[in-house]
Amino acid sequence: MQFDQILQYSLSGLSTGAIYALIGIGFSIIYNATGIINFAQGEFVMLGGLVTLSCLELLQLPLWAAIPCAVAVCTVIGVLFERLAIRPLRQPTPINLVIITIGGSILIRGLAMLVWGKDTHAIPPFSGDTPIAIGGATILPQHLWILAITLIIIIFNKLYFYHTISGKAMRACSYNRRAAGLVGIDVRRMVLFSFIISSAMGAVAGIIVAPLTMTAYDVGVMLGLKGFCAAIIGGMSSGISTVIGGLLLGILESLGAGLISSGYKDAIAFIILLLILFLRPQGLFGKADSERV
Amino acid sequence: MNFKVMNFILAAVTLLFSTTVFAAAPIKIGALFAVTGPAAFLGEPERNSAKMVIDEINKSGGVKGRKLELVVYDTAGDATKAVQLATKLIKDDKVVAIIGPSTTGETMAVIPVAEKEQIPLISCSAGSKITDPVKRWVFKTAQNDALAVGKIFEHLQKNRMTKVSILTVSDGFGASGREQLKQQAAKYGISIVSDDTYGPKDTDMTAQLTKIRGAHAQAIICWGTNPGPAVIAKNARQLGIKTPLFMSHGVSSKKFIELAGEAAEGIKLPSGKVVVADMLSGSDKQKKSLMAFVKDYQKHYRAEGDHFGGHAWDAVMLIRNAVEKGADTAAAIRDQLEKTRNFAGIGGSFNYSGQDHAGLGKDAFVLVEIKNKDWVIVK
Repeated sequence: MQFDQILQYSLSGLSTGAIYALIGIGFSIIYNATGIINFAQGEFVMLGGLVTLSCLELLQLPLWAAIPCAVAVCTVIGVLFERLAIRPLRQPTPINLVIITIGGSILIRGLAMLVWGKDTHAIPPFSGDTPIAIGGATILPQHLWILAITLIIIIFNKLYFYHTISGKAMRACSYNRRAAGLVGIDVRRMVLFSFIISSAMGAVAGIIVAPLTMTAYDVGVMLGLKGFCAAIIGGMSSGISTVIGGLLLGILESLGAGLISSGYKDAIAFIILLLILFLRPQGLFGKADSERV
Repeated sequence: MNFKVMNFILAAVTLLFSTTVFAAAPIKIGALFAVTGPAAFLGEPERNSAKMVIDEINKSGGVKGRKLELVVYDTAGDATKAVQLATKLIKDDKVVAIIGPSTTGETMAVIPVAEKEQIPLISCSAGSKITDPVKRWVFKTAQNDALAVGKIFEHLQKNRMTKVSILTVSDGFGASGREQLKQQAAKYGISIVSDDTYGPKDTDMTAQLTKIRGAHAQAIICWGTNPGPAVIAKNARQLGIKTPLFMSHGVSSKKFIELAGEAAEGIKLPSGKVVVADMLSGSDKQKKSLMAFVKDYQKHYRAEGDHFGGHAWDAVMLIRNAVEKGADTAAAIRDQLEKTRNFAGIGGSFNYSGQDHAGLGKDAFVLVEIKNKDWVIVK
């Protein structure tokens, strides 16, 4: 019985962890290209879910069409955000930029509240909701979708950053912006790219998680913070260490809620965050292991 | 020139006439609702219902020839704001009674103001401490949590279920429910075998439910408002938990069925009678009020009337009845309110007295089950 329980906690943790990882990678891509923490990242997760809902209900699109449509809309919003809020800044000191992203997130949340109202909305699962038994534990088909899509996105990320010109250029920006500019890389364009990628990824995370957790105008705050936690554990790398950070966070949360007390579930995430910041600010896996992309 | 003078006289005469017709000044009633902010799901239907019923009363000629005038302020769920606005209602608007606020926290903050200024306050929030102990000027229309808990435990006792697991949300509503569940369990011979909580924004409760599954309870009682309970219903279905699941009256709206989908089937919960108005037997005293409220709300706002709106509807009607009996000052309205007997409203049958300013009994709730995406009354 005890083993069954632990298996169930771990499986639940893995699927929530995968979501944290996706959001966390969004944080670190922007951080590495621009040096800012984009606190509006969580809002793109919220937008992903709600725009899909509108595509399904207002435009009557089938699910397979609604998803790319929603990702496209969110990417456009991400581009607008970068163009209108980040780029015009004359003296982009980190503190200014952080405050702007927080302001942006409040604005996006407020607009979403006006457009979609304060109610929670449900999105149908991608392929039914008949539970699948694994050992003594059960998961839903949606969990498999989450794990598979996260895996695919991470592989694409890897290919992009290591095997395309613009991916390599973005990595160059992350190592040294001025040097990258001197060798002819358009740093501003790379910043824009980083916003495109991370808002699209945020949207995807929001869409694949919505059938399980439902969505509302204010889901972005908590998911954003958890994603930020994952990125910190991974030392702000956009590679595998943030993914491990996310999965670790998900599993610890789930085990903590099950074995210690459910009241401390969120506390566990933030205690880990604080411990990492105090003891290993370079991330759990140290500087040598983490690839800063 | 001549024409102009004529016009002027005509206008003057019309004005004169109209003032004589409406000589009796309207009776001003204040209202504090959390129309925006986190408790907007309470405040919005409350404001809508209060406005709707005041309009209806005025359209049919007012009460004893006098119109009612509603002054509504939005507290945004903030206790400090609620106190300021209550003072404003009393000092500037000179209202004779106040309806609201929407949440227990705000109500507790406003009570000292109402007591000091001697203005009757009819709260729309559920906390039992509002009227326990009884305060001279304070009444309430929302049902106590204790009644909902009692309704579930009665059912469990009847079906000889003695071991329950509870899972409550970690906010004011859940904490109050948890307290009542623990307090009343012994009275019904029920033991609580596991006691878990979840955060209002949590998105996965399989960990808690796995733990509960290990506790081998005969029933699971979950206390929360949307969306948490819908997630729990889905998670329980995923884990294949066959233990009967009970929810609180916090989710007795169609929204819950919509969110939980298939997973909602078979869940039982105590609910006010609004959602099952058309299924009540004709002998039910509340049926007439309920049907009128549901129909009106549908007509005005194209939405389903709910309990929260009902609390405001009841409050307005209670004041109306007091005015009809000749009360038009704050003190007279208070005295008449206390004499209210057998008023069949939306929340239940109200019987206020010197010792009871909550006024409702266990019949305020019915136990309903979700079947085929609709409510069915459990006999």
